[in-house]
Amino acid sequence: MNLNALWEYANPLKFMRTTERALPYFAVAAVVCLVTGLVWGFFFTPDDFRQGSTVKIFYIHVPSAMMAINIWVMMLITSLVWIVRRHHVSALAARAAAPIGAVMTVIALATGAIWGQPMWGTWWAWDPRLTSFLILFLFYLGYIALWEAIEDDDTAADLTAVLCLVGSVFAILSRYAVNFWNQGLHQGASLSLDKQENVADVFWYPALVSIAGFVLLFIALVIIRTNTEIRARRMRALLARERLG
Amino acid sequence: MSALLIRDLRLAMRAGGGFGLGLAFFLIVVTLVPFGVGPETGLLARIAPGILWLGALLACLLSLDRILALDWEDGSLDLLATSPLPLEGIVTMKALAHWITTGLPLVIASPLFGVLMSLPGAGYGPLVLSLLLGTPALSVIGTFGAALTVGLKRGGLLLSLLVLPLYVPTLIFGAEMARRGAEGADPTTPMLMLAGISAGVIALLPFASAAVLRVNLR
Amino acid sequence: MMPDLGKYAEAVLSSYAVSILLILVLVVLSVRRSRKVKAQLDDIETRRKHHGQG
Repeated sequence: MNLNALWEYANPLKFMRTTERALPYFAVAAVVCLVTGLVWGFFFTPDDFRQGSTVKIFYIHVPSAMMAINIWVMMLITSLVWIVRRHHVSALAARAAAPIGAVMTVIALATGAIWGQPMWGTWWAWDPRLTSFLILFLFYLGYIALWEAIEDDDTAADLTAVLCLVGSVFAILSRYAVNFWNQGLHQGASLSLDKQENVADVFWYPALVSIAGFVLLFIALVIIRTNTEIRARRMRALLARERLG
Repeated sequence: MSALLIRDLRLAMRAGGGFGLGLAFFLIVVTLVPFGVGPETGLLARIAPGILWLGALLACLLSLDRILALDWEDGSLDLLATSPLPLEGIVTMKALAHWITTGLPLVIASPLFGVLMSLPGAGYGPLVLSLLLGTPALSVIGTFGAALTVGLKRGGLLLSLLVLPLYVPTLIFGAEMARRGAEGADPTTPMLMLAGISAGVIALLPFASAAVLRVNLR
Repeated sequence: MMPDLGKYAEAVLSSYAVSILLILVLVVLSVRRSRKVKAQLDDIETRRKHHGQG
């Protein structure tokens, strides 16, 4: 594919037309994958010999935790695109993604806490990963709050983009600082990106489907929300013009 | 640039808020903590480094919105922006002025507050050193937050929400260094990390602050 | 049908419930806001067409 063709989608109208045509497919695929993955994970997987049935929580916990981080990365990329190429769609996509990321962080934290209660004997421990996710959540909150606080669209886009950049650096710094601060109870990356030997296929395949479901759900939601933001922005522009003329 | 610094310092002195307020706030925090957790010396000694660091951080936070807000309101920020001085230099000077008026007094007064919190004798050196290394980073990060929210009418609360997560690494390494010092352990590793963060932040963040300020002045 | 969740039933069920609820809330809010903004924008654009051109 010609990479330059990608920039055509910077045109808001073209972006809206194309994404809205694609939206039903993503939405259906998301629902199918989520239902399959979660039903498979919930009803048709064996219990882990050590963790019992709590292993089923991971079909939600792991994808949401992955999405919480990946959505921030996506926001970072779209913010950079906005700073460099000044495409409104890009800035608005970052704005649209932030609340989804915040919700994913909450889900990861909540399922982690519920899992930790029987496993570690406590709802909350100041474990490095939990702490990092809490900090990530604070970053999401600050980012969303800054968007909401500024009236002018372009100013808000610029400021939040810089905040996202600076915040990314500090989020990584915090991650290492927190690691240094407390070594923690969390198990190593037993169920993360790449398949490792300690995760049996029976657990891995439904988790994979569920991860795909979360990604598709995110894409569908981002399409809906970005288009909403594009329309809202146009509406504000029209209203401002009416007030002037 | 030094003229700008002297002007800011003089303004802070005249307004009275600068030097005194941060210290007074720090004193209040240190006074209130024993009421909250109990007067037991052993407990206080154990949490002293953390409390002192938190107090310093909050005292810093309190005065952040004053860094740019006054200049923004009376329009002198626009004048400064059109002056031949680079905006990066201006925000650095603003951060330096903030550090001299709030960070430095805290560093100097911290041994006194250490006494109130019954900090163990070995902890004083590392505590002062950690604050000396860490508070500049707090001021510079705070200036970035202030630049982000300068145009907003009710920026205060938002400023805290934006800045506090950014303070996490500094706080962790600073408090860890003070804690290790108080417990007689070797504080070198967190000290190096803290110094690294401060140096990196001072070198890089003014560019972000200036960029943000440029957007806000548009 | 229902798998035997053993002594962790509460934990597993509540984490599924919380997560699914949060996702549903997010989806519903997104779709509702999308509809609302779309309707408002259509409103304004038709109004502009009527008044416009002059």
